[in-house]
Amino acid sequence: MSEVVDDVAGNVAAEGGPAAKQMNMIQAINSALDVMMARDPHVIVMGEDVGFFGGVFRATAGLQAKYGKNRVFDTPITECGIIGVAVGMGAYGLRPVPEIQFADYIYPALDQLVSEAARLRYRSAGEFIAPMTVRSPFGGGIFGGQTHSQSPEGIFTHVSGMKTVIPSTPYDAKGLLIAAIEDNDPTLFFEPKRIYNGPFDGHYDRPAKSWAGHADAQVPEGYYKIPLGKARTVREGGALTILCYGTMVHVVVNTIADAGVDAEIIDLRTLVPLDIEAIEASVKKTGRCLIVHEATRTGGFGAELSAQVQERCFHHLEAPIERVTGFDTPYPHSLEWAYFPGPIRIREAMTKILKD
Amino acid sequence: MAERHHSGNDAGRNLPPLSLHVPEPHFRPGDQADFSTFDIPAADAAPRPDETAAASDMRDMAYGLVRVLDEDGQAVGNWNPNLPPETLLRMLRAMALTRAFDERMFRAQRQGKTSFYMKCTGEEAVAVAAAMALDRDDMCFPSYRQQGLLIARDWSIVDMMNQIYSNKADRMRGRQLPIMYSVREAGFFSISGNLTTQYPQAVGWAMASAARGDTRIAATWCGEGSTAEGDFHSACTFASVYRAPVIMNVVNNQWAISSFSGFAGAEATTFAARAVGYGIAGLRIDGNDALAVYAATRWAADRARSNAGPTLIEHFTYRVEGHSTSDDPGQYRSADEGSHWPLGDPIARLKQHCIGLGIWDEERHAAMDSELATMVKDAAREAEKNGILGHGMHQPFETMFEDVFEEMPWHLKEQLQQAIDEKKAAGI
Repeated sequence: MSEVVDDVAGNVAAEGGPAAKQMNMIQAINSALDVMMARDPHVIVMGEDVGFFGGVFRATAGLQAKYGKNRVFDTPITECGIIGVAVGMGAYGLRPVPEIQFADYIYPALDQLVSEAARLRYRSAGEFIAPMTVRSPFGGGIFGGQTHSQSPEGIFTHVSGMKTVIPSTPYDAKGLLIAAIEDNDPTLFFEPKRIYNGPFDGHYDRPAKSWAGHADAQVPEGYYKIPLGKARTVREGGALTILCYGTMVHVVVNTIADAGVDAEIIDLRTLVPLDIEAIEASVKKTGRCLIVHEATRTGGFGAELSAQVQERCFHHLEAPIERVTGFDTPYPHSLEWAYFPGPIRIREAMTKILKD
Repeated sequence: MAERHHSGNDAGRNLPPLSLHVPEPHFRPGDQADFSTFDIPAADAAPRPDETAAASDMRDMAYGLVRVLDEDGQAVGNWNPNLPPETLLRMLRAMALTRAFDERMFRAQRQGKTSFYMKCTGEEAVAVAAAMALDRDDMCFPSYRQQGLLIARDWSIVDMMNQIYSNKADRMRGRQLPIMYSVREAGFFSISGNLTTQYPQAVGWAMASAARGDTRIAATWCGEGSTAEGDFHSACTFASVYRAPVIMNVVNNQWAISSFSGFAGAEATTFAARAVGYGIAGLRIDGNDALAVYAATRWAADRARSNAGPTLIEHFTYRVEGHSTSDDPGQYRSADEGSHWPLGDPIARLKQHCIGLGIWDEERHAAMDSELATMVKDAAREAEKNGILGHGMHQPFETMFEDVFEEMPWHLKEQLQQAIDEKKAAGI
């Protein structure tokens, strides 16, 4: 298979690469699905409202008209059924890309994901596999209340046999989704819906930005992929390392610029498998580490990151590792911005880390 | 904060108190099992709808009982599959082998050669006759009590035993609880320990087959107890919506460990009647009648193959033994239920039928039983050469880290190294 794999900085491969086009993250995801459905007749797309309508966020728009109802179809409202059916389709030899409409709805599918999809290869010693990619919009910042705002990635990173991918730009979204679909392991692809239409600087009271003009919104129209398990250094810096992913990448970029802090920002892109080498190299260089995620704090993925950094970089650390996260409460509707780990919380943590 | 939850009767409301119905089986330990009030329709009573009949035209089938073998062992009525003698004898032999296999493996567990075993005694027809009515390349998504599928498909019993012993020849590399087979080559999906997860998976496989224009169909099995799982209902919805070419079997063996079928809803209706609400074909059949199982499965398979949609079949049967080797049914049910079961023993009934046809006799049956007992004994000896559970480490311990992912990621490589170091440190 010919590949155009990007470099670590996330720039579009130039030479011989396909033509690039301005896309928002939804268009980039749609393009990834389109490219993969055209390349591989085994790729099928299913989920609630994904067919004729094209998905509540429009990520699957036009696919049913192009590839037919046998390959793109609406499903009954049963996430357990959607994932269970996807396991069976995978066993048949298809490569399903089911959509769970909101990550908050994924819990009815937990048994099929954890006990079935993630364990099938192991328990059958490779006789059967579950090569599915579960797409699901996640995260808050859209006044979705507690059932349309959650970030459940930490539940799945704890599960052996499952990969977790979270893009932060249109370019990454397409390249990572193509890699996930081609991957023979079950992969959760969480899409930060707050940045579907534009990067978010963390200031909810400012006008929303679109992806127009953003370097990482230039997306090749054809096939390319970004390998799973490779982080992206968003910005090099010397003062501290900030580990983040999804929406928080953009909040962090803006916050350090406003604060004038020379931070090195690592966008993890894949939580499992984790790019531990990139993390270790950066923290050993800066000697300080801040972890930022939107999900709740206790037992969140930040706890794992903190442990990994402590185990590997203890003697290089000049300050305790800090975590900036959502609070350990359900996502509150009216108090959304008090919950959200925005610029204020990030600045407070940076001040603490950098004080000596 | 003020107490918001009430307890006890509210003052001033002149209504009778509500009562909670908690089901209770008819017989408990010490009771004499008495099934005389049991309503068993005559063997030739059930009508046989056309395979492509609308589900709405055959709802009564979900409340009746399809039977072929009558009390004298004669094959009667519309559902008689009229099988040739060689098929009948092959079926009888596969059922007898399944029982002999169970006896041997149960004993192996009691001898400490493995951790766990589950017999299907009394339910042999449910799997064996179904396998014979399906095509060899139709895909089966079984629960844990359909070992008869593998035996009827002539899968190696030594291979099955290797899995039970988790030994070095276990193709599952000792990862799965005994009897959780996976045999892709025999169209037998990897068994899960979690209940009814295989139901939507079978529907998904069938949908894939239909979407690709294939001709193969899927079949799946679960117990009556686990029809309560959400997966069952998700599967029925999907099967109905997409008219998936799938046969969904509910093996109603009356007991889910210690919970009788009433805890899955049997006091209120039949399990086949679940089909009615989903608008799919439902058949309720005598699961101890191999010919009824064969005929119903063939009917459902023909229906699926002609794009007429899924069928839900309730196999009315009885779990003669405990749930597993870890269970003692004497603690919760009447000891003589099995021997008083009004629908008899599936092997004895098919044997009687074959004898009646003049193609079999007691002598040949006894000789077959003795031959099969020797066969499983020899097979067990063969499998034991590859090791038994707990006697040595049969799988290289590195294999523990393999197949979690297609390629081993760094964190598992690190943990593998840790395991190697642990062994070195311990001097192993």
